[in-house]
Amino acid sequence: MELIPLAPGAESLAAHRQRLGPLPTLPSGQLIAELEASGLLGRGGAGFPVGRKWRAVAERSSGGAVVLANGAEGEPLSLKDRTLMAGRPHLVIDGALLAARAVAADNIIFYVGGEHRAAQAALRDALAERSRDLQGGARIATAPGGYVSGEESAAVHFVNAGDARPTTIPPRPFERGVGGRPTLVQNVESLALAALIARRGHAWYQGLGHGQARGLGLVTVSGAVNHAGVREVEFGSTLGDAAAAAGGVSGDVGAVLLGGYFGGWADVDQQWGLPLDAHSMRARGLALGCGVVHFLPAQTCGVEATARIMTYLASQSARQCGPCVFGLAAIAGATQRLGARSPKADDLERIARWSGQLTGRGACRHPDGAVALLQSAMHVFADDFAAHQRRRCLTTSVPARVAVA
Amino acid sequence: MAETLQIDRIRCDGHGLCAELLPELISLDDWGFPIIKAGTLPPSLVEHARRAVDACPVLALRLASMTPVTQRH
Ligand SMILES: Cc1cc2nc3c(=O)[nH]c(=O)nc-3n(C[C@H](O)[C@H](O)[C@H](O)COP(=O)(O)O)c2cc1C
Ligand code: SF4
Ligand code: SF4
Repeated sequence: MELIPLAPGAESLAAHRQRLGPLPTLPSGQLIAELEASGLLGRGGAGFPVGRKWRAVAERSSGGAVVLANGAEGEPLSLKDRTLMAGRPHLVIDGALLAARAVAADNIIFYVGGEHRAAQAALRDALAERSRDLQGGARIATAPGGYVSGEESAAVHFVNAGDARPTTIPPRPFERGVGGRPTLVQNVESLALAALIARRGHAWYQGLGHGQARGLGLVTVSGAVNHAGVREVEFGSTLGDAAAAAGGVSGDVGAVLLGGYFGGWADVDQQWGLPLDAHSMRARGLALGCGVVHFLPAQTCGVEATARIMTYLASQSARQCGPCVFGLAAIAGATQRLGARSPKADDLERIARWSGQLTGRGACRHPDGAVALLQSAMHVFADDFAAHQRRRCLTTSVPARVAVA
Repeated sequence: MAETLQIDRIRCDGHGLCAELLPELISLDDWGFPIIKAGTLPPSLVEHARRAVDACPVLALRLASMTPVTQRH
């Protein structure tokens, strides 16, 4: 176990140092090269190569860059970031410190969801213990609740102006972010993994994984399993392995939601052997995203579960861009009517058309993620959607437990 | 250099004027917000596109030259 604490509660600085030794002092160029060679991908959802992002910020920095460690974790089915921050705050801080050195930043902001109380407390205490390393250049910013506040331009906007709504790009944060300075926005798990790679080298990370896949990361397993929670997996281990690591499935499973509300549904019978790995999943039209794995019980109606998620996502629009505000609301309304088996005559047709029209039409990717989820649902639950349009349901509907705020 | 039509989605408030002036490239969705045809602007439409850009009452539309994408999220 590399990311999971060895004992309950927050790991102390002494325990952290005993486990991993001191913070390495590689020169910036070498550290970035290690990260690039490791193949580490961002763990916040988009899966962008971490080393390449550090390089982009380092190239623009003349000493005053900013590191924004993203621990907003607004995704309702994800727990991995808060669990990591609460249990291994010093590892996250190590990653942020290394990033700050590599990109020549003099300011680190830990952007942590306000509702993640244990994570907030652990980081606050850990930052106090590290005051010598940090020399006053680090602080916590409490992210407001909401799905979109973790989006990178929203995070920057919040730190700059107290408003956690996305802004128009360009400029992207790595060009002009906090205080107008080049800003590295990096998920907290990505930073923790970078801190491990800095100590052990890229070959260590490349040596982990099964099959074609390389590396390890955290996933959050929930739904119809016996022991839901955060698990560490070597990439390339299968969906079946993830279920087993969560105590096995607790009953018949109909489908699985992969990657979070920005990911998609998959047919579980076809995918037990699916390698959990960003590249392999992308090749199959799926996404590892932020590592959410949610098993939907067979008795739960996929249309209803999807309607709940779409309603939630529509409610989370930052209400700035017409296509997102009106499009997601209309989709949520029609999907709800379908879920309740009281659709208008052409609801199914309309959600198909609308979901094809929203991608790339918001300032941020909120609508893109939402319609990707709906499209996957219309594929995996095609028979159910068709039945619901005819006012029938194919499952003995037990209300969906997909958690929404 | 090839140009594309770009739209500031936060600014755009769905006046729909642009679609009237450039129906070849811009259509409107069910709520009156523009859908721009993908790809670069054909040279024959550049003049029309400029007119649409100038007509947008909230300055949401612009012509941008294609720059290589260095980072995507
Ligand atoms: C609507 C939306 C919400 C997001 N929420 C989060 C979040 O809570 N935490 C996070 O790390 N990234 C989130 N992201 C992704 C960030 O924009 C960004 O890509 C990420 O923090 C970069 O870190 P990474 O490359 O290490 O993944 C979100 C993106 C979108 C479009
Ligand atoms: S696309 Fe939606 S969530 Fe993103 S900035 Fe626009 S209104 Fe806000
Ligand atoms: S004219 Fe401007 S505000 Fe009106 S729809 Fe076109 S871009 Fe939007």
